[in-house]
Amino acid sequence: MPTTSPAAEPVAGAAGPSAPGGPPGADAPRPDRDVAGLGRARALGFVAPALLVIAVFLVFPAVWTIYLGLLDYSLTGAGAQAPTFVGLGNYLDALSDPGFTRSLWLTLLYVGGSAVVGQNVLGFLLAWYLRGARRVVRPVLTVLVLLAWILPGSVVAFLWQALLDRRAGTLNTLLGTADQAWVLDHPMWVIVVFNVWRGTAFSMLLYTAALSSVPRSHLEVARMSGASGWQQLRDVVLPTVRRHVLTNTLLITLWTFNDFSPYLLTGGGPNGASEILPVYIYREAIIGGHLGYGSAISLLLLLANLVIAVFYLRVLRGRKDES
Amino acid sequence: MNPAVRHVLGRVGAYVVVCLLVVFFALPLLWLVLTPFTPNPTYRASLSGFTLDNFAALVDNPQVWPSIRNSLVLAGGSALLVIALAALAAYALSRVRVPGRDQLLYALLLLSSIVTGTAAMVPIFLMLFQLGLIDRQLGVVLVLTGGLLPAAVFMLKDFVDGVPRSYEESARVFGARPNQVLRHVVLPVIRPGMATVGVWALVQVWGNFLVPYVLLANPSKQPAAVVMYTFYDAGGQPDFALISTFALVYSVPVVVLYLVVNRRYGFAFQGGIKG
Repeated sequence: MPTTSPAAEPVAGAAGPSAPGGPPGADAPRPDRDVAGLGRARALGFVAPALLVIAVFLVFPAVWTIYLGLLDYSLTGAGAQAPTFVGLGNYLDALSDPGFTRSLWLTLLYVGGSAVVGQNVLGFLLAWYLRGARRVVRPVLTVLVLLAWILPGSVVAFLWQALLDRRAGTLNTLLGTADQAWVLDHPMWVIVVFNVWRGTAFSMLLYTAALSSVPRSHLEVARMSGASGWQQLRDVVLPTVRRHVLTNTLLITLWTFNDFSPYLLTGGGPNGASEILPVYIYREAIIGGHLGYGSAISLLLLLANLVIAVFYLRVLRGRKDES
Repeated sequence: MNPAVRHVLGRVGAYVVVCLLVVFFALPLLWLVLTPFTPNPTYRASLSGFTLDNFAALVDNPQVWPSIRNSLVLAGGSALLVIALAALAAYALSRVRVPGRDQLLYALLLLSSIVTGTAAMVPIFLMLFQLGLIDRQLGVVLVLTGGLLPAAVFMLKDFVDGVPRSYEESARVFGARPNQVLRHVVLPVIRPGMATVGVWALVQVWGNFLVPYVLLANPSKQPAAVVMYTFYDAGGQPDFALISTFALVYSVPVVVLYLVVNRRYGFAFQGGIKG
């Protein structure tokens, strides 16, 4: 326990008995001693409001999805008056809907291309490069990457529309490719590149922090024994930052899975060619009013997220046991 | 190839890659910086002369200021609620041993990153529909608060864990009651942590598009993130003077807040900020 003043030490014992709900042995030096004399009852009272809001607006919707997905609930028509129980009907509908299977495939492409590979690799390379970068290059590049990340989603979506516009877009002007309709011709490429641009900052920051934890002496030893840059990276750096790589990959995967911002750029179009699952759910459930069907798809999305998270935790635990 | 040539080629290659990266990240941003000040703005980012006339569009449009005010209400309300609830919970969880605390925190954090945005959109929409909270800003604030709280509690608990217990112990020695200890000792000490989490929540809500887009139907209640999407003229052409200046005005607060927090507390957004 970090005690800054030794005089305070015996006081803890004196304060202990006055906290009736306190843990047994409250006078033992432990980090979570009830020093303010809060007592367990009041402590629970402190935690309760936060837990209540989380329970109502986060946990309950997640659980309710399971039930809703089994109904033919909709905003209009017969399903609005008296939703009936359709069991796994919504799931069977989903599997037979080519729009859903295409959407699932596009989501995997989007997540794999823009997050797992794009943001991950570019973020790592940026962090690696910026460690030794010149004084001018480092702040300029860092600020640009961060700006892409912190600006509001609606703004960056419009910036990209302006960049890619068919007639007057900046990109067509620069490349001399007049009348090239990027968004219509290559919608998936557009949203993948957009998301790399948008989200690389997080990976860069996380890897910057991770790389600073790699002992310099290890790198020097490797360099002196003649290891090339690539060998240093593979044999010294990667083993050290492996946990960070996993954490980063998990977070950006989950975020990208649920990312709605491509909707602002392509609207899922043309003809659903960039309709990833979040956009598909939005169109089916909120626009189309098929709430039961939308819930079923949402649950599939939640389950996919859960599988990813559990897989990551297992890998992480496996790594820990190894070392 | 001899090593010297290879070295030079490697250097040149690295510079080319870095220049391409700078262009890649800077190119979309050019429009935001140049267009508000250019006469007759279009999709093309260019600065042909300098004018402040475009900002007249901001003054003329009746939706601009209400939407900014709505953004302030939503972001401010959510941030205050997140700070208050998270600070109470984080302090209690840090100082009092509650069984299963760590597992609970971890499970909630995981849940909040799984149940975000679209995956929970339908049940949240339906729940608010039945609670009569659709088209009300309170509903948006509560939903956003619920989503941000787990991470906020997690960050703040980390912060409180780092505060020495001797402060509270000394106050107790001098006979302060628990309430007094909390108000006069704990609160001032954890204020920087609360400020950081508050700014984090503010920035998150300020940029959030999906939740208000789905839950608010009345244009007079919608925040800037949603309203910006409606600035098109009858022919479907964007109103460039309006959009460019609005985008700038709407973006500046986030950038300023970010810079302030970054300067004062170092980089504190590691917990995962994502628009």
